Amino acid sequence: MNMTIEQNSVLLEVNNLKMHFPVSESIFSKSKTVLKAVDGVSFTINRGETFGLVGESGSVKTTTGKCILGIHNPTDGNIIYNGIDITKLSKNEAKKFLREKQMIFQDPYGSLDPRRSAFTIVKDAIVADGHKIPKGELKDKVNSLLELVELDPVIGTRYPHEMSGGQRQRLGIARALACDPKLIVCDEPVSALDVSIQAQIINLFEELQEKMKLTYLFIAHDLAVVRHISDYVGVTYLGKLVEVTDSRELYKNPLHPYTKALLSAIPLTNYEVERKRNRIMLQGDIPSPINTPTGCPFHPRCIYARKECLTCMPPLREISKGHKVACHIVN
Amino acid sequence: MGGYSNRLLEVNNLRTSFFITEGEVKAVDGISYYIDKEEIVAIVGESGCGKSVSQMSIIQLIQSPPGKILGGEAIFEGRDLLKLNSSEIRRVRGAEIAFIFQEPMTALNPVITVGKQLSKDIRTHKKVSRKEAWNIATEALKAVKIPDPEKRMKNYPFEMSGGMRQRVMIANAVACNANLIIADEPTTALDVTTQAQVMELLVSIVKEYKTSLIVVTHNLGLVTRYADRIYVMYAGRIVESGTCKEIMKNPSHPYTLGLLKSVPKLDSDVDEKLIPITGAPPTLLNAPDTCAFLPRCPYASEICRCNSKPELHKINGGNHLIACYRDIARLKNEHDY
Repeated sequence: MNMTIEQNSVLLEVNNLKMHFPVSESIFSKSKTVLKAVDGVSFTINRGETFGLVGESGSVKTTTGKCILGIHNPTDGNIIYNGIDITKLSKNEAKKFLREKQMIFQDPYGSLDPRRSAFTIVKDAIVADGHKIPKGELKDKVNSLLELVELDPVIGTRYPHEMSGGQRQRLGIARALACDPKLIVCDEPVSALDVSIQAQIINLFEELQEKMKLTYLFIAHDLAVVRHISDYVGVTYLGKLVEVTDSRELYKNPLHPYTKALLSAIPLTNYEVERKRNRIMLQGDIPSPINTPTGCPFHPRCIYARKECLTCMPPLREISKGHKVACHIVN
Repeated sequence: MGGYSNRLLEVNNLRTSFFITEGEVKAVDGISYYIDKEEIVAIVGESGCGKSVSQMSIIQLIQSPPGKILGGEAIFEGRDLLKLNSSEIRRVRGAEIAFIFQEPMTALNPVITVGKQLSKDIRTHKKVSRKEAWNIATEALKAVKIPDPEKRMKNYPFEMSGGMRQRVMIANAVACNANLIIADEPTTALDVTTQAQVMELLVSIVKEYKTSLIVVTHNLGLVTRYADRIYVMYAGRIVESGTCKEIMKNPSHPYTLGLLKSVPKLDSDVDEKLIPITGAPPTLLNAPDTCAFLPRCPYASEICRCNSKPELHKINGGNHLIACYRDIARLKNEHDY
């Protein structure tokens, strides 16, 4: 039994995941409307690969990550982790998987306890949930984790406010690795960092993945970063996944009108190309996830929108191998 | 001044420091730059490099203490902005030089409607009646392509999206007929597609109203598309300047080069490894007198370690300047960096 699971290359399978939050229209009214944060998202991540989720704020990304970690209890759909549907587990059963799935946060300052030293932060993660480790080994283990993320073990005595942004993010990574995870949800891990530090952290993610056979769900709004680090990229819009493709195809052959607009909105640094390029300008803003448009959620901003787009949500169809798109006009 | 009839603002040797208990932080350490009429100039750098402080300094928005403008001049249409007293500079702020901040929500008053805020600003700078001010403000909202401006005038800032709020800030500049718009990271807090909209709008306003624009940003892509000229800042100093074409096609300071190599690009191969700049930006507190980029520079040599900070000097003829002792053009090929 164990063998078959190990041989299976899929680590995580998300099927038709839905996460709806009830919200009050005003503080006094009792009537509730529904905020559809995640509305039917499906994707799979293979072992040792990186799946990137990209899209504008208020689309699906963080909520999906939190559902996978078990922070939210999804409204509908299932999440199959290592062959087991984790949405159906009781609290006690789910605890077994807690250490295997870790998260790295956007703001390393906000996610580190300001009153604990770097050493204690990592140590606490190792011994969390009553995890036992021989006393003599604990110190070595913490130090080796700090070295793994290229932090000098001397830093162990420092507190988060004494560290730079890059060092704090490295500490956040060390803490996540302390539990020997298989899957790491990286939620905007580089967007709060300076440009020159971003590349250091991105390279660190790639090295760690190779060394420790990690699987990442990489969430970011920066398409260039996501494309660089991911094997497959899912583009999200208003609770839906509108396109899934491997990262090479994404730039060469984007199919969904939203993906095209997103790609076109990102300025390039190649002078010649950038100055000559024609851009697709989207009109208006992303609608509120409370009153989502009918049919395809992108239709009010889509220049190709047809009659059927207003009424019927297009399913995510496979166009070529590994390239899926949810759009009526793509064939 | 004389001879530069087209010059709008010329800043010479500006120095701003912050005096804190630990010592002096040289946030802006002797920078000089200029902007011509109808020009778009970008100031690029990472957080803490002094790019925002340099802009706040010229309209005297530095809190003192701890901040202090130690020297230099900022000649704007024939007068030195740094020498103006507080009531004189107040007439310049908003009316002649408009500032657009990164986070529009904190720049707008949350408990006053957008229309009231805009008309109050107009009446501060122009002798018009309330009604006229209201009409000018409505026109300004129309100019920044806010749909249904009459209705939007009665909205509070929180009822608007981030992109819309940033448009209101731009409308403010339009309504007061500013000659110079300084936009400090105007699109950083916005979503990608909204970013593009706001930038296109800013640029079209510059063209239409014949104003000038200084964009302060860390985003090299934004700069490539819109800027006429670029200043790259590092640790309180300008390390490279030139036209957009010169800098983007032939980046010559090791820092500029490093920045470009470390950003993932959409149009490059996925497997291409990023080359990060090692280390972290320096603190500006009691900094040593050598080149600030020295500890992170892959080209550093004896000459950099023995000498004080390099001055800006011309390379390749033209107006392309770098502050570096090394002959980067030659080294670039050798290192394959």
